Amino acid sequence: MRNTRALSPIFELSAPGRRGATLPASDVPYAALDDILPADARAHALPDLPEVAEPDVVRHYTCISQLNMSVDTHFYPLGSCTMKYNPKRNERLASLPGLLDLHPYQSETSHQGMLQLLFELQQMLAEIAGLHVVSLQPAAGAHGELAALMTAAAYFRDRGENRTKVLAPDSAHGTNPASAAVAGFDAVTVRSTPEGYVDLDDLKSKLDDQFAVFMITNPSTLGMFEKNIRPIADMVHAAGGLLYLDGANMNAILGISRPGDFGADMMHYNPHKTFSGPHGGGGPGAGPIAVREMLGPYLPAPLVAFDGVRYRLDYDRPKSIGRVRSFFGNVGVLVRAYCYIRTYGAKGLREVSENAVLNANYLLSKVKHIFPVPQGERCMHEFVATASKIKAERGVSAMDIAKRLLDYGFHAPTVYFPSTVKESMMMEPTETESKETLDAFANALFRITEESPDLLHEAPHSTGVSRPDEVKAARQPQTSWPKA
Amino acid sequence: MSYLFNTPEDQRAMLESIGVGSIDELFAQLVPDEARLHRELEIPPAMSELELTAQMQSLAAKNTACSSRPCFLGGGAYDHFIPAAVDALASRGEFFTSYTPYQPEVSQGNLTVTFEYQTFITRLTGMDVANASLYDGATAATEAALMCLEATGRRGRVVVAGSVHPEYRQTLQTYLACLGVELVTVGALDGTVSAAEVAAACNDQTACVLVQQPNFFGCLEDVEAIGMAAHEAGAMFVVSVDPISLGILKKPSEYGADIVTAEGQSLGNPLHYGGPYLGIIACKSEFVRRMPGRIAGQTVDRRGKRCWVLTLQTREQHIRREKATSNICTNQGLFALRATIYLSLLGPHGLRETAELCARKSHYARSLLSTGTRFSSAFAAPTFKEFVVRDNAGAVEQLLADAEQEGYFAGIALGRWYPELADCFLVCVTEKRTRAEIEGLASVLTSSPAGLTAELANHHA
Repeated sequence: MRNTRALSPIFELSAPGRRGATLPASDVPYAALDDILPADARAHALPDLPEVAEPDVVRHYTCISQLNMSVDTHFYPLGSCTMKYNPKRNERLASLPGLLDLHPYQSETSHQGMLQLLFELQQMLAEIAGLHVVSLQPAAGAHGELAALMTAAAYFRDRGENRTKVLAPDSAHGTNPASAAVAGFDAVTVRSTPEGYVDLDDLKSKLDDQFAVFMITNPSTLGMFEKNIRPIADMVHAAGGLLYLDGANMNAILGISRPGDFGADMMHYNPHKTFSGPHGGGGPGAGPIAVREMLGPYLPAPLVAFDGVRYRLDYDRPKSIGRVRSFFGNVGVLVRAYCYIRTYGAKGLREVSENAVLNANYLLSKVKHIFPVPQGERCMHEFVATASKIKAERGVSAMDIAKRLLDYGFHAPTVYFPSTVKESMMMEPTETESKETLDAFANALFRITEESPDLLHEAPHSTGVSRPDEVKAARQPQTSWPKA
Repeated sequence: MSYLFNTPEDQRAMLESIGVGSIDELFAQLVPDEARLHRELEIPPAMSELELTAQMQSLAAKNTACSSRPCFLGGGAYDHFIPAAVDALASRGEFFTSYTPYQPEVSQGNLTVTFEYQTFITRLTGMDVANASLYDGATAATEAALMCLEATGRRGRVVVAGSVHPEYRQTLQTYLACLGVELVTVGALDGTVSAAEVAAACNDQTACVLVQQPNFFGCLEDVEAIGMAAHEAGAMFVVSVDPISLGILKKPSEYGADIVTAEGQSLGNPLHYGGPYLGIIACKSEFVRRMPGRIAGQTVDRRGKRCWVLTLQTREQHIRREKATSNICTNQGLFALRATIYLSLLGPHGLRETAELCARKSHYARSLLSTGTRFSSAFAAPTFKEFVVRDNAGAVEQLLADAEQEGYFAGIALGRWYPELADCFLVCVTEKRTRAEIEGLASVLTSSPAGLTAELANHHA
């Protein structure tokens, strides 16, 4: 079955006179356009868009969708991204007109149900975090980091403390130091030990009176629970700073360990990971933040408040940092998170993490015989294997292996991140995969190691395109289709 | 649980392979006891799909959907028509359960869409380069201002029109405060800002001037003059637009914009109580290396076949960390997809007609709401699809609440952002509103008893 139109962008399908949508004629009394919008403000020509019929549009986007791997179609063990199953019920329920067709400025009396949902979500996220106050406003994990760091800055400012440094481990997501910079802090890197834990001596040396926040990802991007998390929290607090938890890996600890209990003062969630909001080809996500009581007044406003009778948007927060975006938040993602948490309940959420960790350790037990896993025998929800041995011996890189996996019908793991492990392959199976799938994946990895390096260097062989020239794309950027 | 696979037998076999006796033992080896939660989470118990459906339906039933009554609410979130094909295509699992195209070989669908989306945005705005999208209109405008700080090396001041969406300005304020940059707001007492006042607000440390076209009040700004004023002051010119308006209004490139941003929700995306939405940003090519977020580019594969990849990634946080152009990691892929499908379906004529219908219908509504004695147009400037009505009885809150009782979402009270406009409200009329609905709105508002005891003459004679 060949998909011949697949690689033509829609512009190549355009023919003058075709159209994919028609609109009703104007039903209001006629007025000359010049009397409505001045001629010098109006466009001289029609907008430059392709002219295509509706069936063209449907076939085009259906065909190109089939060029994607996705969770619905493939095992997608992309480490640090938690590519778990996205429940269909959540899609249907988030699309109920009473939830979908709500305007952000309609009266509070006309959307008490939505406010109730968001209020309950605030409470459930606070409970799962072991923290006290939640803002649902940030639009993504990185946006949550930023909003939380701004919140921390306001907190210190209010206390009359001038603290300028934000620390993050070398294995942290790039968003951590980038968020610190945007929030006006100086980003400082803390070393990790070879096992992937925070280097306590290095941390200690950086906890001076300029130190504001230590951003830690726990479990870490290496899939390890920080064994020194309590002492770290104590050190941070003794230095007068705050501990920030990057919640990227919450999928490993739901109902098992709570950031607030192990000393975190603030954190963000990635509901599109942990609570199954679909990743949508790169977004939207959401980035709710939970904080300890003393930081609550500084959170972005509004929060949802409840007086026992009515729900309302609470804007009366004089110490708030203000807004970090328009409107309430990425509500579509939050509604799905609400559905997910209510579906599983307390026991179920714990089972999610238990099975996520079980699956990851099972896969680790299979993979470690094929590729070394420097961190050792155990992991949380993900682990990082290395191809450095096969690279040295046979010239086969992590990239070669990733590309060849595509031929076997598996999405590749995350490769070359974190950079603290050479030739790294970060694998996160999630809880929504079967033992059979994990066996098949490990089997594919093993077979790949027995294949000829030449075959692997040119992989993938079965996909429509193979090894795009990224250097050319960056040297001569062509970021839009040329005009006719 | 429906989404989990592991049976007790599976778990036993897996634990054996791992070499531990139980899941508890596994966690005991991993998580220090002092960090463990030794109780169950206090959240409600599990629900079956049937129970969850009932729960969500009961929450939904406590809301009044805009789709169930005539909706004249706008203010940055708009009730435009969404063709069925947008929903049908965007709900394909291949799109919405995929992720960032880290492996371009198995992401050509998403990459093609991103490339098409970028093309549409550059063509609508007249800019050279668009990125793969940002969070929303507010953060897009803010990121544009941050780009200008870097591009000009002027880190002292940003000048913004008071007629820019209040929540965009608040967002901008939050970000700029962290960087110690001053935000100067130019008043828009007549509904628009004057180029002379913009010029007066600029100093030699002003990075950019930001205006909205049409502005928050629906009014058309004199963008040509404002752009010239910005450039004469050595500042960049950033314009936030309504993408639907570009079906009929001039492209921002024609009046000198350096960076164009927009809220893309209008382009085929549901209201969803304010998000997720679609942040659009596009710029002249000289600023591309300061652009935040993902960008797709065309290239060829090892066999010479045309294809698409993420490109210019050395701007981004995963490579540059604290030196990146922004902390942004993701984009709004699903909503950029919806916008792309929407624009493909509408085409040049459909977008023009949509824009024209908005303009004609809102013009009619504006004329109906400025004929009697009670209501008048707050501002004289021409408007696109929104306009500000002054209630000469000064009873806006009660008026709007009464209209809601009568089955109309009639408009947005402006007093919360503009105390001087406490007697005004913003009305939006999209292509979806019919003549009967518009006349119904006028009739309901005109016959409202709200405020009629007030002294009409005291207000704005």
